[in-house]
Amino acid sequence: MATAVTTESVESKLFAALKEMGAEGEVTREATFEQLDVDSLDLVELAQVVEDEFGVELGGDDVKDLQTVGEAVDLVVAKAA
Amino acid sequence: MAERGNGGGAKPETAERPRGCALVTGASRGIGAASARALAREGWPTVVNYRSDASGADRVAAEIADAGGRALALQADVSDPDRVKGLFASAEAELGPVLCLVNNAGMRADGLSPQITDEQWRAVLDANLDGAFHTTRAALGGMLRARFGRIVNIASVVGPRANPGQANYAASKAGLIGMTRTVAAEVARRGVTVNAVAPGLVETKLTEDVAGNGLLERIPARRAGTPEEVAACVRFLASTDAAYVTGTTLTVDGGMSA
Repeated sequence: MATAVTTESVESKLFAALKEMGAEGEVTREATFEQLDVDSLDLVELAQVVEDEFGVELGGDDVKDLQTVGEAVDLVVAKAA
Repeated sequence: MAERGNGGGAKPETAERPRGCALVTGASRGIGAASARALAREGWPTVVNYRSDASGADRVAAEIADAGGRALALQADVSDPDRVKGLFASAEAELGPVLCLVNNAGMRADGLSPQITDEQWRAVLDANLDGAFHTTRAALGGMLRARFGRIVNIASVVGPRANPGQANYAASKAGLIGMTRTVAAEVARRGVTVNAVAPGLVETKLTEDVAGNGLLERIPARRAGTPEEVAACVRFLASTDAAYVTGTTLTVDGGMSA
């Protein structure tokens, strides 16, 4: 059963996933993936986390222009709406 | 000896592997069936995928169960991406995440190039190459999350080398080897390996009409291989012992390519 999509629930899950993936430095909405040393393969894994947790599918075109963690959170919330 | 850093890649694996299942496409007979049986003997709960031979797949699943293993026969035409999604959903609901994938489903539709129809070209590429891509794409997300995965693609000695009358088959198998190498490089640092096995002449339904024609004289071993001999290579590449083997093609052809 997928978790309900709210800004808070997505933020919480993505922050935790990024930390678990070994993101460098503090994970905040404003942090860029580059600052966190999150690469394209990490983003693929993050998309899988989102699909497993929230039932929202993120394709390559969805994630390729993401710069910050906040943008990723907002994208998931928007796609679930 | 200097201590070796891991360069940010996944830690070397121990003999442990995460809980999950193996999925073998086209496993109702031949190399696929032998691979499913071999993986089940290694303790993998195993999905025996088939497209049309339900009785064959049921027989393979029953053999595995009789030997003390766990198996599930699931129908899906892997050339259809939507059916692949359904296949993975069913497999994961019953046996857990697919952490070992053997892309074996394949077909031939031979003819000299000027006589291969669009339908024959498309059907072979759809089954042999597109199908493997669909399943690989479906499997990788879970494998990346698990930091463990094994993908073994059943290619062929045809592709890297010529075989007149099989332009479509050769293109599909050469493409499969190219995909193997690139996907391997993409995911290696997550503990996911991607390799190919390239059989030569193997005694299966697919090759029963080609064993004559002086072919055996071109094989140094002077015999055809067996599905079990190919499956033994699959079993090794799927094992934790093969954690550092990725992006390669293991030729199993009795020396034909030597």
